[in-house]
Amino acid sequence: MTLEILGISVLWLFLFGYVIVASIDFGAGFFNAYSLFRGKQHILTRIIQRYLSPVWEVTNVFLVFFFVGIVGFFPKTAYYYGTILLVPASIAVVLLAIRGSYYAFTTYGGLRQKGWTYLYGLSGLFIPASLSIVLTISEGGFVSESSAGLELDYWTLFTSPLTWSIVVLSITAVLYISAVFLTWYANKANDEPATELLRKYALIWALPAIVTATGIIVEMRDHNPAHFSRLMDLWWLFGISFLLFAGTVYLIWKRRYYGLAFGLLTGQFFVAFFAYGISHYPYLLYSYLTIYDGFTNEAMAIALVIAFIAGLGLLLPSLYLLLRLFLFNKDYVQGKRDDHA
Amino acid sequence: MGNEESVFFSRVLTELTLSFHIIYATIGVGIPLMIMIAQWVGIKKQDEHYILLARRWTRGFVITVAVGVVTGTAIGLQLSLLWPNFMELAGNVIALPLFMETFAFFFEAIFLGIYLYTWDRFENQKKHLLLLIPVAIGASFSAIFITIVNAFMNAPQGFDIVNGQLVNINPVLAMFTPAMPTKVAHVLSTAYMTSAFVLASIGAYRLLKGSNHIYHKKALMLTMKIGLIFSIATAVIGDFSGKYLAEYQPEKLAAAEWHFETEEGAPLMLYGVLDDGKVKYAIKIPYALSILAHSNPNAEVIGLDQFPKDEIPPLYIHYLFDLMVTIGMWMTALSLIYVLGTWFKMRFVAAKWFRWLIVLGGPLSIIAIEAGWWFAEVGRQPWILRGIMRTEDAATSSGQVDLMLLLFAGLYLVLAIGSIIVLTRMFRKNPVEQELADRELEKEGELR
Repeated sequence: MTLEILGISVLWLFLFGYVIVASIDFGAGFFNAYSLFRGKQHILTRIIQRYLSPVWEVTNVFLVFFFVGIVGFFPKTAYYYGTILLVPASIAVVLLAIRGSYYAFTTYGGLRQKGWTYLYGLSGLFIPASLSIVLTISEGGFVSESSAGLELDYWTLFTSPLTWSIVVLSITAVLYISAVFLTWYANKANDEPATELLRKYALIWALPAIVTATGIIVEMRDHNPAHFSRLMDLWWLFGISFLLFAGTVYLIWKRRYYGLAFGLLTGQFFVAFFAYGISHYPYLLYSYLTIYDGFTNEAMAIALVIAFIAGLGLLLPSLYLLLRLFLFNKDYVQGKRDDHA
Repeated sequence: MGNEESVFFSRVLTELTLSFHIIYATIGVGIPLMIMIAQWVGIKKQDEHYILLARRWTRGFVITVAVGVVTGTAIGLQLSLLWPNFMELAGNVIALPLFMETFAFFFEAIFLGIYLYTWDRFENQKKHLLLLIPVAIGASFSAIFITIVNAFMNAPQGFDIVNGQLVNINPVLAMFTPAMPTKVAHVLSTAYMTSAFVLASIGAYRLLKGSNHIYHKKALMLTMKIGLIFSIATAVIGDFSGKYLAEYQPEKLAAAEWHFETEEGAPLMLYGVLDDGKVKYAIKIPYALSILAHSNPNAEVIGLDQFPKDEIPPLYIHYLFDLMVTIGMWMTALSLIYVLGTWFKMRFVAAKWFRWLIVLGGPLSIIAIEAGWWFAEVGRQPWILRGIMRTEDAATSSGQVDLMLLLFAGLYLVLAIGSIIVLTRMFRKNPVEQELADRELEKEGELR
């Protein structure tokens, strides 16, 4: 394995981590707002708040880790994506700020404002939409390079069906992942009404998620034929992913083994996410930048890998402790303990 | 928008983000240490008041951390969005500490979540205190790693440029620049100092506003003591920083001190104004600049005459430098008088006017932090990477920076108003007397 591939694999893995934990977070915020809107808040809010409160900062760090890491391993991305993404990324930051300040002001600060909860819930749909634009841009065809520098063609971008399919996929996936996870969590908390409601959400969003995901592969045939044929070469990975998807839906349908169902879901997204990543290889930005010409020098790469391994040695036990205390601690999950400062 | 405008707006937006972020970042680095000390004292002395102090500080602290996460994410992304050319170069040489900073913050975030939600979970309070140690370490190491990057911008090393190509890159050497020791030490000690004075300011304010509870007096004494220790440390480090500048960035020192001609036995200019290139109304201390720069009254100090005109930082940094140093000195004196006055039971330290001075100390310390960073950044101009890359060559070519400036200005305004409202509400709704009474009741309930 070359250092380039090692670097991008590590980053892709962290991005995958972000996709999962952030989806849970975004979807939970949306369901929370929706239940407030429908007057069903008593069913969901407690369960959602209990899960989210201690972990949200950790969620955010996954994203920071990814964008700091990619500039470290592939400094040229700072030039390419930095120049192109000024507006979309700034909007994403503002949306992320809405979430951060919701925690700061509502969860920790005790400011109860309905408007803020709605804003928070909606931001959970807009953030994946705005971040997923980056994946669309990476497919090429929206960026032009001239003597004045790089330019993003917003018109082409926003009129492309690919853009909107990816946006829709990001939203449906967020709601699906979140609903499956929260079903499991509510079930662990012995909270029957919440489990039932979330199970319903999970089943509702399963079909749209898989349909849009398939739709994107079809879109790709017109937009980026080279990428499409590489996707097709990996058909068996997508096949595995689909089987895992079917397994999740079956278990949720049968009200059995919600924990395993979430495990299969993670597997489904893991396989599909990496299949997509592998098919994107070697490009970071189609036709402009590959992982080979964007790579940092060898000394830095080795230093980063060492720092990464040392960092993981520190993080994994800490993450385990966090999960043990809040996710796998019965008293906490069931709301018998609240030891907030 | 022409490129000149892009550069201008990129600078303004970065300055705005950093000026806003640094308030939360400074508090975020310093307060965990304060909480740790308070909780530790509380456990040692078996004093409920100190434990409650730690608990109440934690509640306020998480709000500032949450906002700090937001502004920190903003500056993290803006570095690449606004300065893509710089980050491309920096990514090659100084990415290591940036990368490690995310780990440090990751570590801090995990344990902060745990610490926050496990306040009565342990029988043994010491176990709970142990959870705070990674928070404090993570916070301080975040500051260390980021300051290392800033030190690199001031004194880049660890690479060579041959025909426009970066070669011989040594990431570790790039981290340990000559600027690094003094800069890191200065940032840490001022963060602790500022946090202590901000907390002292709150305690003094409560005492002025009618509460005469011993709780606030304990808080005040504790924070003023910590503030005093770190302000003395800051003064010592400041001396080393002067020597570093004289050796490695003489143009920054010369511009800050309005030292125009290279000379031996150089005097130090305090305050004053610049009128047509002439210094007026300044207090001139003979030989002081030579002492500051080289510990020798007769040493030669390099002046601005040694540098081409387009490589000299703006001369207004003198005001920023003086502001920072003056506030630092003032706070050292104030805390020293308070601590001595309390030891010798002098009346005036409990007088209204003196407490108002302590209240004022909080905002003043924040102003000193701002002035210090403006001085550090403007004093490096025209370079973004001293001697290697000019700021104007680093900025984005995008034409929408002005719009983004408006967007972020609005965001920071909302965040600032929000944090002020929430923090004041939080402590006003649950005054310490109330909470102590509640806890008393709770205990009785448990005993019965």
